[in-house]
Amino acid sequence: MEPRLFAGPPAGSGPEPLADHRARLGSRPSGAAAAATVPTLEASGLLGRGGAGFPVGRKWRSVAGQAGGRPVVLVNAAEGEPLSSKDRTLLRLRPHLVLDGALLAADAVGADRIALYIGTAQRDAQASIRRALAERRDLNVAIDLHAAPDTYVAGEESAAVHFVNEADARPTVTPPRPYERGVGGRPTLVQNVESLAHAALIGRFGDGWFRELGRDVTPGSALVTISGAARDGVREIEIGTTIGELAEQAGAGTTARDRQAVLLGGYFGGWLSTERGWDVPLDPIALRAAGSAFGAGVVAFLGNDRCGVRATSRIMDYMAGQSAAQCGPCVFGLRAIADATARLATGRPERDDLERIQRWSQQLAGRGACRHPDGAVGQLLSSLRVFGSEWEVHQRRRPCTRERVAAITPARNREQVA
Amino acid sequence: MTATFRPRPTARPDRPAGPGPARTELVVDRIACDGFGMCAELLPELIELDDWGYPIVAAGGVPDQLLDHARRAVAVCPVLALRLARIPAAPVERGNAGWHGNRPSSVRG
Repeated sequence: MEPRLFAGPPAGSGPEPLADHRARLGSRPSGAAAAATVPTLEASGLLGRGGAGFPVGRKWRSVAGQAGGRPVVLVNAAEGEPLSSKDRTLLRLRPHLVLDGALLAADAVGADRIALYIGTAQRDAQASIRRALAERRDLNVAIDLHAAPDTYVAGEESAAVHFVNEADARPTVTPPRPYERGVGGRPTLVQNVESLAHAALIGRFGDGWFRELGRDVTPGSALVTISGAARDGVREIEIGTTIGELAEQAGAGTTARDRQAVLLGGYFGGWLSTERGWDVPLDPIALRAAGSAFGAGVVAFLGNDRCGVRATSRIMDYMAGQSAAQCGPCVFGLRAIADATARLATGRPERDDLERIQRWSQQLAGRGACRHPDGAVGQLLSSLRVFGSEWEVHQRRRPCTRERVAAITPARNREQVA
Repeated sequence: MTATFRPRPTARPDRPAGPGPARTELVVDRIACDGFGMCAELLPELIELDDWGYPIVAAGGVPDQLLDHARRAVAVCPVLALRLARIPAAPVERGNAGWHGNRPSSVRG
């Protein structure tokens, strides 16, 4: 597949300067052509790439149609997911493509303000976007930069709005949702940077062009962050590429026997055994049907020498620690689940720990202001399915059948474009 | 051996799942709720408490014969975390629920 977002100069040459970007892609649609982008985006089938997968065109239309003041565009690059680095990489290498998308969105929905919300730790991405802004002479809207706290929930859309409004990156009770009332009380389009970059290309080349890629149900290309492979890093793939094909490309094996499992979507996503998942397309619809999630494009392979129970335990401990500590079920439930999971992982379970984490997990979904607990227990429940016998071994205090290597670790060379 | 776990459906009144008749739902403000538990005492038919005292509301809405009890449960909440909401009959279109796309349907076995 020819890359789309990463077309142009190789990753090694760093951020693409404005002149090169313009020479390669021409100008973005503006004025009436920008407004006409909304139906084009709807026809393109572009789904949001921040993790929730909401149709982008429909979101733009909802914001454009709101009463309640001039809309605001909130560019979301918080990227709190530990296994993901595609957003910061895209911002670093193609800042002008992202800015084109944001400016196009602002024109299309009638916004007069763009808030850029970029993770505090993502210094290269921040520097790249600052340089890009300094190069621009076509900024017809106010643009402000916000350093998102490096927490997991900071990227949740109501938390992002909350931070821009009040410097508090905790989710708020919804409704109203940001598209109704967001930044400054105005209708707010919260959109992930990759979604905006795709929109910038669809605005130029049309929905038919976008749909030329996509081998399963969902059209287009997508960025993924791969870990646990020989060639970790960020890749642009055609949606519908199978997990096995990606494993081969990235050096994570040539058959399902080379890795035991894969975590898709990130700490919020779901595990699949490679045996079951090898031929599953990386497509949000197919992955959901398989009990997993495309999420923000995380593909983390788990080696045969790793212990899935320990890997899950590490994630649950992290997720419990990342609760915004606002809602009782999340504060107490996630912590209790993480503690029981840790006891199981380290061979010191109480008698009913496995039964308890199943019960608690099932009770937790839907009982927070945001979906942090839902995502965490979704991942755990998928682990219980995929590593079921391992969990039972741990509950019976038998020696772990794997080496007790705990980690599913973030990609080495995580910002490398593979 | 791989067990299959099927989560019990929980009410998600702020995110209607699809078409259905208009109904009344009990909605908990999860940030305001401090787990006093008085709602569960007054309305055990629809509300149970988890191991930490926080309410679990049964899915499916409030049947007419329990509406008075539900109103009382709403009235006694010391932190005003409970309310009754009328959910319209029309389906409310949503993409994936929540951020990062993992709605409860994706955790089905």
